[in-house]
Amino acid sequence: MKNFLALALTLFLGVLLILSLTGNTQFTTFGTDNTDNRVSSEYISKGAAVAIIYGVTNDPESGPANIVTSIVVDYRSFDTLGEVTVLFISALGVALLIGSGAKQKRLSLNFKPNFMLRVGSRALFGIIMMTGVYITLHGHLTPGGGFPGGAMIASSILLLYLADDEFRSKIKGFKILEGAAGSLYVILGLLGLVLATYFLQNFLPNGTVGNLFSSGIIPIVYILIGLKVGSEISGVIDNFLTEEDAL
Amino acid sequence: MTLFDIISIVVSVLLLVIAFLALNSKKLINAIVFLSGLSMLAVVAFVLMKAPDVALTEAVIGSGLVTSLFIFTLLSVKKGEAK
Repeated sequence: MKNFLALALTLFLGVLLILSLTGNTQFTTFGTDNTDNRVSSEYISKGAAVAIIYGVTNDPESGPANIVTSIVVDYRSFDTLGEVTVLFISALGVALLIGSGAKQKRLSLNFKPNFMLRVGSRALFGIIMMTGVYITLHGHLTPGGGFPGGAMIASSILLLYLADDEFRSKIKGFKILEGAAGSLYVILGLLGLVLATYFLQNFLPNGTVGNLFSSGIIPIVYILIGLKVGSEISGVIDNFLTEEDAL
Repeated sequence: MTLFDIISIVVSVLLLVIAFLALNSKKLINAIVFLSGLSMLAVVAFVLMKAPDVALTEAVIGSGLVTSLFIFTLLSVKKGEAK
């Protein structure tokens, strides 16, 4: 009965959504909309009179070839600082709830990590870590950026936890890295305030769209975000995978 | 009906079915596995909707990190109950 009610409610909401969207002039057919009417066309044309051409355009208003990055880390960089703070607060909450000052060890599992798990984890660790670093570094050129890249780095760290019983003692530096990356992001923003006119302004030259070394401070900010997110989520994983030493 | 429409409809129906299974499975571990499958299908849906950024994040967080954290939480809860 409960399931039937849930199904009926879901179908009702779905029909309501479809009814409100069909024939609605605000929602045209998928893919046919002229984005100039929806997204502020300034973000797409980047304030230039001519179209931005990949690999040709030099020093546009905002450097990234990836439009999501140019909004997230350039036009709306202050919001991203807030997002990073939200992640920091959630990591802090996890640490307060399940971390403790007592001597800790890794969660002892019911199974012993066998040869295949250990070797496979070590082999996959490099590939996943490299993909994460690639996505972080190319955040201004391809989809992705600091957040997914950092999460990928953290999932490679998770593999190391599975493979190595003694891994926990080696990661003391994560908390320092996290704090340093977060502070450097704010310092970079303050540098924009000092060297240029406003907080988090892109004060370096933008370069050619599509080059690895382009778009000013955006790759630097994304590397900092990647380091911060990676070490933060690794800290959360560390908190989940440890228990108090019962000695 | 283009191929794109058919794939979209199949993915949407599968999303609903797997969400139902995840809500109604008796064993928690099965629910976690269904949730992981749901994230994986959501990745396909995001790619179909031309949002590769969101798909990438969902793939890493939804089906990787969250699943493993759930499984480890379940393991430690079971350990606590056994004591």
